[in-house]
Amino acid sequence: MAMNSDVVGRALARHRADPTRLLQILREVQEELDWIAPETARDIADGLGVPITRVQSVVQFYSFLYDKPRGRYRVLFSDNITDRMLGNAALFEHMLKRLKLRRGQTSWDGAASVDLTSCTGMCDQGPAILVNNFAVTRLTRKRVDEICELIRIGAPLGEWPAEFFHVDDNIRRRETLLTPLEPGAALDAAIARGRQGMMDEMKRSNLRGRGGAGFPTGTKFEGARNAPGATRYIVCNADEGEPGTFKDRVLLNSFSTRVLEGMAIAGYVVGATKGFIYLRGEYRHLQEQLQRDIDSMRASGRLGASIRGAPGFDFDIEIHMGAGGYVCGEGTAQVESLEGKPGRPRVRPPSMVSVGYLGKPTVVDNVETLAHCTEIAIEGGASFARRGTKTSTGTKLVSVSGDCERPGIYEYQFGVTIGRILQDCGAGPVTAVQIGGASGVLITPEEFSRRIAFEDVSTAGAFMVFGPDRDIFEVARNFAHFFAHESCGFCTPCRVGTAIQRNIMDKIAEGRGSNYEVNDLKRLAEFMKRTSHCGLGETAGNAVRDALNKFRPAFERRLRARDFAPAISLEAALEPARRITARDDAEAHLDVEG
Amino acid sequence: MDNEFTIDEQPVPFKPGQTILEAAKAAGIYIPHLCFQADFKRHGGCKMCTVLVNGRTQTACTHKAAVGQEVDVNTPELDAMRRSLVQMLFVEGNHFCPGCEKSGACQLQALGYEYEMMSPHFVELYPSRGVDASHPDVLIDFNRCILCELCVRASRDVDGKEVFAVAGRGLDAHLIINSPTGKLVDSAFAVTDRAAEVCPVGAILKKGVGFATAIGDRPYDRESISAEAESCEIPEVR
Repeated sequence: MAMNSDVVGRALARHRADPTRLLQILREVQEELDWIAPETARDIADGLGVPITRVQSVVQFYSFLYDKPRGRYRVLFSDNITDRMLGNAALFEHMLKRLKLRRGQTSWDGAASVDLTSCTGMCDQGPAILVNNFAVTRLTRKRVDEICELIRIGAPLGEWPAEFFHVDDNIRRRETLLTPLEPGAALDAAIARGRQGMMDEMKRSNLRGRGGAGFPTGTKFEGARNAPGATRYIVCNADEGEPGTFKDRVLLNSFSTRVLEGMAIAGYVVGATKGFIYLRGEYRHLQEQLQRDIDSMRASGRLGASIRGAPGFDFDIEIHMGAGGYVCGEGTAQVESLEGKPGRPRVRPPSMVSVGYLGKPTVVDNVETLAHCTEIAIEGGASFARRGTKTSTGTKLVSVSGDCERPGIYEYQFGVTIGRILQDCGAGPVTAVQIGGASGVLITPEEFSRRIAFEDVSTAGAFMVFGPDRDIFEVARNFAHFFAHESCGFCTPCRVGTAIQRNIMDKIAEGRGSNYEVNDLKRLAEFMKRTSHCGLGETAGNAVRDALNKFRPAFERRLRARDFAPAISLEAALEPARRITARDDAEAHLDVEG
Repeated sequence: MDNEFTIDEQPVPFKPGQTILEAAKAAGIYIPHLCFQADFKRHGGCKMCTVLVNGRTQTACTHKAAVGQEVDVNTPELDAMRRSLVQMLFVEGNHFCPGCEKSGACQLQALGYEYEMMSPHFVELYPSRGVDASHPDVLIDFNRCILCELCVRASRDVDGKEVFAVAGRGLDAHLIINSPTGKLVDSAFAVTDRAAEVCPVGAILKKGVGFATAIGDRPYDRESISAEAESCEIPEVR
């Protein structure tokens, strides 16, 4: 077995002992050593010449880094509402029982731990888990048994059946983006237009950011290009953490030529020579394949110096891995994370286009946004803008999951109605659709004529369908837990507010809530929206608010008639006494819930 | 005057580059704050200084003043938000004012009075946090930490020691200490550090002087926290 210090030494050497590589170093070290022991943390801090607290801050920020032993097999069940609907809870319990573990506990022999994690982006093929960050899809009871057996005999992950790790694209509908691109064609087209010409086409296209915010991409490119300084960066935001979204996984898996050439075109227009792909830790399975794509691009002159023979067109791409943290999808948090720090959103202004990665002008754009640049290069902005609506040009990828016959990726021109998508995906009777993920909006049948567009229902593309048997209260409660888990902790309203919101939803779920709590939930949603530091906190109350406004009975049937019920549960307060006395008989419980 | 904006419809001058909070302070107008102190890098995390700038909520400690801006500071709605923020900070930690030697000199307590907080309103979270009494001169009671990061900034930017940092996410965010044992005594910290002075609450306390000033005679016993604006400086809270 490798000496820990050798592992650390090699990781430090690979990253030239650069403190901005701290997160990458920690990830790589943990892949070999399974956790970051105190002495490992100290070796890394010493090797980088930084205080130990900087290493501890990073380890404790990211969900997939561990400062306590978590076993050689670290199993995480994706716990998005779509995984719940596919029965992940029973499978989770089954695995815990088989391995004789409690949630989050590490087995006595150091073999395994089993816990829950936020949406892993496999909603169309769940229930899904991660084993040492590698995705396993379509979990069944049988597959759980097989995994438990592989863990029991200590089979290396590389020897597990390949079909466990099979991830489908599930492309159900294509327009222009989900079509093959001849390697180099988009680059040649951009070069032929020239840097300014390509910039003009970007602006003419009216392409807007596909991450959900809809900022005009050409304006962003221009801002970064015009910012003072010689060094600029392009960041491809592949931290697809919004629950219910998985389109970027498909783009990176099967359309990487579009994504990578789109990044190079962005670099060409902006005057950047370096690009990063910030790949979420949950997509670890894509890392090697994407690296091969980058390497072969470089080998064929589509990356590197003088791309396609164009003098001065120098651009290269590096993959940075995330390590579990929804907030890192926020642009400024992502740049912090790229710099090897905890992903806490920065104070704005200044904006990224003037002061971004390492203080240099930086363009952070969604995977899908950058992929569209290849279309604009080839056909021109005016042609691109003919698709979609006047203010929402081009096509949009929609990630459909939940109660429908054909979950997967659908490409539509902007302006498509929600009803049309439901029809195409084979949804039966529908109670509601959550569009835009946990931070998005809950849409009811009377709104199904509304359109997917920045001017109507604006979304990064998550589309979760809920049938007549689904309990919208539980949907909202799942999202409330999600935000409490993912809040970065920087600002008071989000750090504390998301926890309070979660606790209130739990209290109502236990049948101990009253109108008092309902009123508090409404106030909290508005309060977090108005006072939070970033989009995470601003949207953390949306799902609960929408559920309250549109599905009030789902709350009311759980409420007590009284004006107020105390937070303390006498029944729950007896639990320590029951544990101490090893009793669980009827006499040890209260008849009536306090 | 050219460089002028308004706070609650009163004209306020500013120097280019000044934040709304700085300009207000210079003009003797009080805007509440916890994580801001003039000597340190802006943080913007506590959100107590939330104001309306042309109708939109902004943190006054990070938002630059600009010509013609209309800033609202004292509205019933903003005061209610501030009260909620104070209540959240109270329920997040373990704050028992009657037993705290910072009582009367604590900015969180003073803001509770300022915004007429009559109850915690939210259900207490009662976190399980410890105390670090290892250092001979200074005690840290993590139960009272509000994560303002003033000690982090003071130690890093003024003392040049980087003794403190925040680790963990969400509600698990907590102060950590840069030393081999994680204890303050084994760190480079000294009682003469600026970081020993800046805590706005009772988390970092000098030993042996806790009751040198009697309760009742302390800064916020004598006058409300909003009175600080009149002297344009933060009262002595030692």
